[in-house]
Amino acid sequence: MYLKSSYEIRDKYLRKDMLPTIFCPGCGIGAVLQYTLRAIDDLGLNQDEIVWVSGIGCSSRVPGYVNFDGLHTTHGRALAFATGIKMANPNLKVIAFMGDGDAAAIGGNHLIHAIRRNLDITVILINNFTYGMTGGQVAPTTPKGLRGTTAPYGSFENPFDIAELAVAAGANYVARWSVFNYIQGINSIKKALQKKGFTLVEFLSQCPISFGRRNRLKTGTELIKWYQQITVPISKAKNMTPEELEGKVVIGEFVDRDRPSLVEEYEAYKKRAKKMMGWEE
Amino acid sequence: MRYPFPVGAADFIQGDEAISRAAILAGCRFFAGYPITPASEIFEAMSLYMPLVDGVSIQMEDEIASLAAVIGASWAGAKSMTATSGPGFSLMMENLGYAIMTETPLVLVNVQRSGPSTGQPTLAAQGDIMQAIWGTHGDHSVIVLTPATVQEAFDMTIKAFNLAEKYRTPVILLTDAEVGHMRERVYAPNPDELELVYRKLPANEEESKYPFGDVHGDLVPPMPIFGKGHRTYVTGLTHDERGRPKTVESEIHEKLIKRIVEKIEKNKKDIIDYNVYELEDAEIAIVSFGIVARSAMRAVKELRKRGIKAGLLKLNVLWPFDFDLIESIAKKVEKIYVAEMNLGQLYHMVKEGSNGKAPVELISKIGGEIHTPQEIIERIEDDLR
Ligand SMILES: Cc1ncc(C[n+]2csc(CCOP(=O)(O)OP(=O)(O)O)c2C)c(N)n1
Ligand code: SF4
Repeated sequence: MYLKSSYEIRDKYLRKDMLPTIFCPGCGIGAVLQYTLRAIDDLGLNQDEIVWVSGIGCSSRVPGYVNFDGLHTTHGRALAFATGIKMANPNLKVIAFMGDGDAAAIGGNHLIHAIRRNLDITVILINNFTYGMTGGQVAPTTPKGLRGTTAPYGSFENPFDIAELAVAAGANYVARWSVFNYIQGINSIKKALQKKGFTLVEFLSQCPISFGRRNRLKTGTELIKWYQQITVPISKAKNMTPEELEGKVVIGEFVDRDRPSLVEEYEAYKKRAKKMMGWEE
Repeated sequence: MRYPFPVGAADFIQGDEAISRAAILAGCRFFAGYPITPASEIFEAMSLYMPLVDGVSIQMEDEIASLAAVIGASWAGAKSMTATSGPGFSLMMENLGYAIMTETPLVLVNVQRSGPSTGQPTLAAQGDIMQAIWGTHGDHSVIVLTPATVQEAFDMTIKAFNLAEKYRTPVILLTDAEVGHMRERVYAPNPDELELVYRKLPANEEESKYPFGDVHGDLVPPMPIFGKGHRTYVTGLTHDERGRPKTVESEIHEKLIKRIVEKIEKNKKDIIDYNVYELEDAEIAIVSFGIVARSAMRAVKELRKRGIKAGLLKLNVLWPFDFDLIESIAKKVEKIYVAEMNLGQLYHMVKEGSNGKAPVELISKIGGEIHTPQEIIERIEDDLR
């Protein structure tokens, strides 16, 4: 893959007056943002036809930095807002940039229902295993035993596997990577952006400040190295026992299918309505 | 354009149905909701009509999502609406605040039932006045309209959309189970008889750079629409005129919030609407709104027959509130009665408005039934005895 320089991407897509970002040194959100912009750039998508939506959290600040239409909404509700945007104007391409707490805790209900409907949207999900913005409380993704300020003795709850959840709820495309897998990551985002229906690309993204510090992973580099240790490619995972998979995170493409999307279904529904009313043949 | 209901004609329909038809005539093309008694009929009518007029009606997973979707649709350019009742209205408070902060035009119908909590789902109440006006957090202002008849429900729905678009703000149509479920004769005008307002769009590129700036000096910024190349960033955080988050600068917060409040406060005269009956020489004024105002009207007629100089102020807009009007009435009458189906919500505002110029008494009723004219009459006659 030919990679344009980061400066070129920055100059083309970021709002200069909004820089610098609020992200801490070593944070992974900027990298995932870069992958997303590279995917958009590679595909040559029209900047004016894309709307970015987000909820609340560090990850959700992203739409503020990119020079696109953007809706920075309430905590967890991005996909509900996105439903209105997409259904009111199906010509718009909608990207939701979400945190794991945002998407899976307070927004969990919106997430599963947006997927169930197969809402035409691409979700870029920053999974940093924690609530970054509010200072490191546990998230629904925090691996059992790891610490957060609201579980100082190590989380005692079972975590969500968001990618698996998205597959089960009916998404058209689901992939998960760590920030380290940048080529695969960019390719997945490109695929996701080209598909109809619900697409989700989850990234294990390092939060050294709120999460790492409390779990003996003080720097971004340490976290990335840890991701390398705990991630297992999906092809390899298939031949592993549940015991071997304990504490591991599977990465790769989870699903790639073409179930009819919400926009397509609603178009057909309108036709059906007019036919049933005798308004149309 | 073909409509799936009679226009330029009268029909005998429910209040909820009237609200739906009026919304469609007002240009509403996006509805998102979650079923709840006694507002479901609005949603059901929207579901029937919307696909036929190329609009969208969608059942969301809850009321939080419903209002969120409506806000999203508004930014995508559609006139949009949701409808709910007490429990759902409470869930919407977070996103109502977001809509106020981001100056998003939309209509939120609350067909009130009795609460708190799930209360009396099928019975009427007027207990959500304070929640409608002050329910969301922080300093803010909204517009709250309140119909008393099915025809008013129809007319005020159109007015609600017009005010929402004109002032770029959410408008609450606060009605109740009685008006919502009652059937009355309603005249639906021909679409070309209607005066519809559409939001002000940025006139040029320069204006589009200030989606939250008072570029015309009327306190209402032109609203860019997504997908038109304006590249607008909308946030519920305190933001400057360009929409950039500015969360610790006190002057920016003050300027933004004051403008959002003032655009409604300074246009009070344009927004406020009321009817007066027999108030000129009245010694006793009844202040009421919605369904109860109809009983109060009847009570006034009866009291007059009995030689008691009573008059009625029927409020059609509960916020912005005309405190001056109340004071001017208080100066002329001996006593003001506030008749409402709660334990006293409008009562507090009327008391403040009367400014000590006349005593204010509450004629309250709860439990799901509206005041009978007789109850209002008896209360006033008892006091006079
Ligand atoms: C209704 C509501 N509850 C709580 C909060 C406080 N809050 C802000 S961000 C956040 C969590 C963010 O975590 P996550 O979604 O994982 O994103 P990150 O900051 O880690 O990127 C919370 C709880 C809020 N803004 N709104
Ligand atoms: S708190 Fe964590 S997620 Fe938030 S900016 Fe800092 S490093 Fe990134």
